[in-house]
Amino acid sequence: MHVFANPARFLKIARPLTPWLGWGGGVLVAFALFMGLFVAPPDYLQGDSVRIIYLHVPAAWLGMAGWAGIAVASLMQIVWRHPLAAVAARAIAVPGAVFTFICLATGSLWGRPTWGTYWQWDGRMTSMLVLLFLYVGYIALGEADRERGGEGRITAIFGLVGAINLPVIHYSVLWWRTLHQGQSIGLTGSTIAAPMLWPLLVSALGFSLLFGAIVLMRMRAMLARQKVEARLRRAAA
Amino acid sequence: MNRWAFVIAAYAVALLATLALIVWSYAAMRRAEREAEALRGRE
Repeated sequence: MHVFANPARFLKIARPLTPWLGWGGGVLVAFALFMGLFVAPPDYLQGDSVRIIYLHVPAAWLGMAGWAGIAVASLMQIVWRHPLAAVAARAIAVPGAVFTFICLATGSLWGRPTWGTYWQWDGRMTSMLVLLFLYVGYIALGEADRERGGEGRITAIFGLVGAINLPVIHYSVLWWRTLHQGQSIGLTGSTIAAPMLWPLLVSALGFSLLFGAIVLMRMRAMLARQKVEARLRRAAA
Repeated sequence: MNRWAFVIAAYAVALLATLALIVWSYAAMRRAEREAEALRGRE
């Protein structure tokens, strides 16, 4: 990981990788959503509402994976002072927040025809809403710190502390047996039928590649802006 | 209401938000890299 701490080396890899991730992710998402909408069978209980899971599950996974990425990058920033770690964490925050919002919105639209309600203060839903608030707080704190010319250490500590919400989200369906269904996909197998499972996995992979492309684009933009600011400072001195 | 109405609403929200995020990130990257290039050319 230390090898990529050099921005020049990182950009050499990120520039060709960005379109591959973007187009690859786009093609996989288009294919998976077509299969999910028109080819996968409806559920025997949920009917066609089950087609929302092809968006909801990847969005939930990316919302949580995004914060896990922020926590790892924050740790690297605090412990090893990697120059790219703070940039990576800040680049993840906005797409992480957007996918958490998509997870909540699609979950709500799935809940109305399935449970009869758009919202319930259930453990899983509430902890996902807390994750969205954490993202908003992290973005605001990062911007405030950047405007003050800070090193981002407070933001990094917030990123690490916020990770405490991840196990709460994961285990919420076991700790509080309320409305949200339990885990359907685990390391040892899945309770979802194969014709529904594989478009879901392709969709999760496609959205993950798109997420990677978005993070790389945001990192490249931040590094270019840092370069411009450094040059302007040099020119003014 | 028909279940398909909820499915269409969910797909519209998710795809519009994802597309907006991609377009915004791409435009910000292109603008920042063009500015950096222009400044390097002036040096």
